[in-house]
Amino acid sequence: MTALQDEAERRLRAATQAEALQAWHQAYLGKHGALTTLLHGLGGLPLDERPAAGRAANEIKRALEAAYEARAEMLRRRELEQGPHVEPLDVTLPGRPARLGHLHLISQTRREMCAILARMGFHVHAGPEVELEEYNFTLLNMPPYHPARDMQDTFWVSDDVVLRTHTSPNQVRVMRGRQPPFRVIVPGKCYRVDFDASHNWMFYQVEGFAVGTNISMTDLKGTIVALLQQMFGSDRRVRLRGSYFPFTEPSIEADLECTICDGAGCGLCRDGWVEVIPGGMIHPQVLLNSNIDPGQYTGFAFGAGLDRLAALRFGVSDIRLFYENDLRFLRQF
Amino acid sequence: MKVPLSWLKDYVDINVSISEMARRLTLAGLEVETIEYIGLPGAELEWDPERVVVGELCAVRPHPDADRLVLAEVEYGGAETEIVVTGAPSLLEMRGQEDLHLKVAFAMEGVRLYDGHAEGQVIRTLKKTKIRGVESRAMVCSEKELGLSDEHVDIIYLPDDAPVGTPLAGYMGDAVLDFDIKGPFAHLQSVYGIAREAAALLEVELKQDVLEVLEQHPAEITPTPDFLELEIADPDLCPRYSAAYIKGVTIGPSPFWMQMRLRLAGQRPINNIVDITNYVMMELGQPLHAFDYHMLRARPGEDKPAIIVRRAKEGEQMATLDGEMRTYDGEMLLITDGGGPVAVGGVMGGQDSEVSEQTQDILLEAAHFYFLNVRRTSRKLGLDTEASKRLGRRVDPELTVKAAARAAHLMAEMGGGTVVPVIGDVYPGRQPQLVIEFDPALAARILGIEVPTDEIVRILTSLEFEVAASESGTLDVTVPSHRLDVTRPVDLAEEVGRIWGYDRFPTTLMQDELPPQRPNLRLESNERVRDVLVGCGLDEIITYSMVDMEEEGQLWLADASAAPADYIRIVNPLSAERAYLRQTLLPSALNTARENLRFIDRVAVFEIGSVYLPVKGETLPNEPRHLSVVMTGPRESESWMTGQDRTPMDFYDLKGIVEALLAGLGLSGTFEPGKHPAFHPGRCAQVSVGDTMVGVLGELHPQVREAFELPEGQPVCTLEFDLDKLLTTWGAPRTLAPISVHPPVYEDLAVVVDENVSELDVRALITQTGSSLMRSVTLFDVYRGEQAGAGKKSLAYRLVYQADDRTLTDKEVAKLRGKIVHRLEREVNATLRG
Repeated sequence: MTALQDEAERRLRAATQAEALQAWHQAYLGKHGALTTLLHGLGGLPLDERPAAGRAANEIKRALEAAYEARAEMLRRRELEQGPHVEPLDVTLPGRPARLGHLHLISQTRREMCAILARMGFHVHAGPEVELEEYNFTLLNMPPYHPARDMQDTFWVSDDVVLRTHTSPNQVRVMRGRQPPFRVIVPGKCYRVDFDASHNWMFYQVEGFAVGTNISMTDLKGTIVALLQQMFGSDRRVRLRGSYFPFTEPSIEADLECTICDGAGCGLCRDGWVEVIPGGMIHPQVLLNSNIDPGQYTGFAFGAGLDRLAALRFGVSDIRLFYENDLRFLRQF
Repeated sequence: MKVPLSWLKDYVDINVSISEMARRLTLAGLEVETIEYIGLPGAELEWDPERVVVGELCAVRPHPDADRLVLAEVEYGGAETEIVVTGAPSLLEMRGQEDLHLKVAFAMEGVRLYDGHAEGQVIRTLKKTKIRGVESRAMVCSEKELGLSDEHVDIIYLPDDAPVGTPLAGYMGDAVLDFDIKGPFAHLQSVYGIAREAAALLEVELKQDVLEVLEQHPAEITPTPDFLELEIADPDLCPRYSAAYIKGVTIGPSPFWMQMRLRLAGQRPINNIVDITNYVMMELGQPLHAFDYHMLRARPGEDKPAIIVRRAKEGEQMATLDGEMRTYDGEMLLITDGGGPVAVGGVMGGQDSEVSEQTQDILLEAAHFYFLNVRRTSRKLGLDTEASKRLGRRVDPELTVKAAARAAHLMAEMGGGTVVPVIGDVYPGRQPQLVIEFDPALAARILGIEVPTDEIVRILTSLEFEVAASESGTLDVTVPSHRLDVTRPVDLAEEVGRIWGYDRFPTTLMQDELPPQRPNLRLESNERVRDVLVGCGLDEIITYSMVDMEEEGQLWLADASAAPADYIRIVNPLSAERAYLRQTLLPSALNTARENLRFIDRVAVFEIGSVYLPVKGETLPNEPRHLSVVMTGPRESESWMTGQDRTPMDFYDLKGIVEALLAGLGLSGTFEPGKHPAFHPGRCAQVSVGDTMVGVLGELHPQVREAFELPEGQPVCTLEFDLDKLLTTWGAPRTLAPISVHPPVYEDLAVVVDENVSELDVRALITQTGSSLMRSVTLFDVYRGEQAGAGKKSLAYRLVYQADDRTLTDKEVAKLRGKIVHRLEREVNATLRG
């Protein structure tokens, strides 16, 4: 019996066409095939040999059937792949052009930042770009001629109207209309009289602030670190240092380890750190100006420089490129 | 502000490296922008300790062969003296003198120094040369050669006690820290102020003797000194005015070390008296002004000079020190004498009373002015001086007499004068000492960390706050007079935080109650618009909000004009091209297209941004969000494939984008012929959603295209929508329309209509009549020609009929079709085409 099986398998391997395969099937498994005949012949064996011989014959039959199926499948596939009506392609030729649009780098970065902050419970708000001097400065502890106004060279529209120099006026705008707790972000365009490789006269900030009964500086640090490390990787170092803004007390500046030189010091960062997010605890007077009781509530605020973060993220050495709209630049991202 | 390290070390022992100290100061809020090393390792020009040393000039001999050169014999600690050939002016004057003992900066061959004759800073190596036959292999250096300043007229002379042979780097090498101090903090605008912070951070002692001159040289402090009549007419602007009197000074140069420090701090030395006022201002932060006492006039009928501090009379004039005649308004504060103005309070002195070569007696002013008024005056006059910079940031009012005494005694010491032991002092604005009740729990609440109370006490004490425990467990903190910025408990929390170090703070995620979340439909809908358009293959651009009026005008041709008066104008624009706030996004979009067509053949871009529309009777404008699209160039990109469509995009490419946008937003819009001066007449549509017109799309008017220098021969397709209008109804919930399991019936229908019948109307009739059984109506052919007849067009549609609940019978479909045809015939005079 094993001789029969060996022979059948050998011949099966030799069958390379559908017809030959069919003939093989007939020869072994067909109605008058060798195996069928063998099975029929089992009746002639002595009674005590029959079960063992039957089992063995059936095993061979199953094996041959399986081998046949596999062989048939293989030949069918070969037929489909190599049939005369299928021509091989030059796969190295370029594909038919599909059209891919590009979201502006600033939009991509803004979305990313908003998404990260939304996961921490912040929701998005918007405010006017043409702003009252009162909101832009006075209500943020910067009365006329205050030295801190020097930090923000201002485009004036009239004696009491400016182009907002930061998104912070929205602190008062939003807070006046609601009760804590709240966590708000305000992305938007800002304007300052400033123009060099790392400053543009139009730029984006993402203002963020949270007010509640239990909000502290370590929460601000945690929020900033979470934001920056989700954007730049969890091993990117962030450092907080003291700073001054009239509308926060205490005030801080968050520096990001430079992504260009990895903190070694370079032309962009000088000492390995790039200033990216100014912030602090909302000044009690600003809370009062917003009808919120600083005895009951505390809050933090920050104003992230979106253009600079986008520049660091994508290795753009001159942030003025963002608004030149050269498609050879925009289409890279 | 530049602070030389050597100067800082007068007040504080620095027990860490320079860079570590700079790092700690930076972290505490005193940002060190740069550290410039002078002669030390780290400097661009390091002074070789072996070859640049203190030398002693012994004799100056004539050069045998040149009148304008001399041979200087210098002792420098070597076995023999060295002969240097030089033409330094002061040495030429000493020709023939022996036994000189003058200390100089001496450099030997092989050393790298700046080239004194070169433009800018060029490093050269000193080589042995023969000058007019005499060999010279060393030199005596100028400031420029050492990198101390640009001065190269003469060599520098060191103090007499400079030890000969010592490396110059060790003797006067230095590091200059350049601080960027933000905020109204005059207490950080001085070397002493920085030293106070450094002492607190490094936990070392601060040497206070410069502030204690009056303890060593007591003086009577009186509002009525016998040398001066003193009056403050406007105490709201001048809370304190102090004046010291120094007699018999000789004007001359200030000592080397003082000149050196001033130079490193960025001040040019002038003469001993002016230098001392600058030096003490830099040291203590109190601006001082030296008057020539005899130039100050008495009031009529009086014999002693008078100082009256008062507001200017509107239009009053006086020439300031810089020689400029200036006019003052009624809110500016003037220092006047018996005859008229002699200085602008806190900003600049007057020309007539300034110290000159002939001055013998000095009246020294040290005053305190109201800071915002100083800033206002400085702004209005365009005069930003070292004095106004400090007085505009709130200088300690207690400092006036101390600084005056300090400067007066330096003048006596260095100018040979005598200090009159009386200081005139009028102080109407004296404030009581501020005591703040400070609960350490507040520090924890604000900072989020528990700083032990004894640590809080240590930090505050190191910054000269006086701290006493009160009975209730809180701290009574007395604010030192120099900390006018500290008025509330939270200000003290900041002091604790920044000295403790924010870099040491842990990070926490807010444990406060999570506020209710709410969507912002306007912003989300804008993002959706971006996604759809990017999905359609458009690139997003962002352009500037300020525009050129002329370009806005080009859009409107002759039909209408953009009147600048209707626009918001920037009072102080960067340029005339950026002086107005835009009311349309189109010019920027067209400019972007033009610029890109220089490099790219196909442009399809969009922008979402605000425009700024003034509203009558309102202070602030409306800022609706607009959308612009510009598409121009071939329909498909170039490719090796056959069948790429390289014909230019036209109106219908743009309309396809709009239809996709509306579909992507779940809105349905209607298109009608539109009118807009910037668009090609007859190739412009207006779009409405519901009853609201949201904007126009079309091909650009050829003249506008020309004005924006866009290429001929291809349509420039563009649109501008008011997104706020477009998206009013966005966000309504959408529900699934069931997909029928019953087979649809397909049928074609071709009708001939007059040319003036719009396709939209025909389609609307078919859709309407077919009602719920009409699943889709697709226009697949538009034909004009012989078979349709003159002035007519043929429209061919593929119709799909389907019911949700049954299989439609041929009879039903035929009946519906009959109804449609009937209506088309009746309402648009259509004829069925065979």
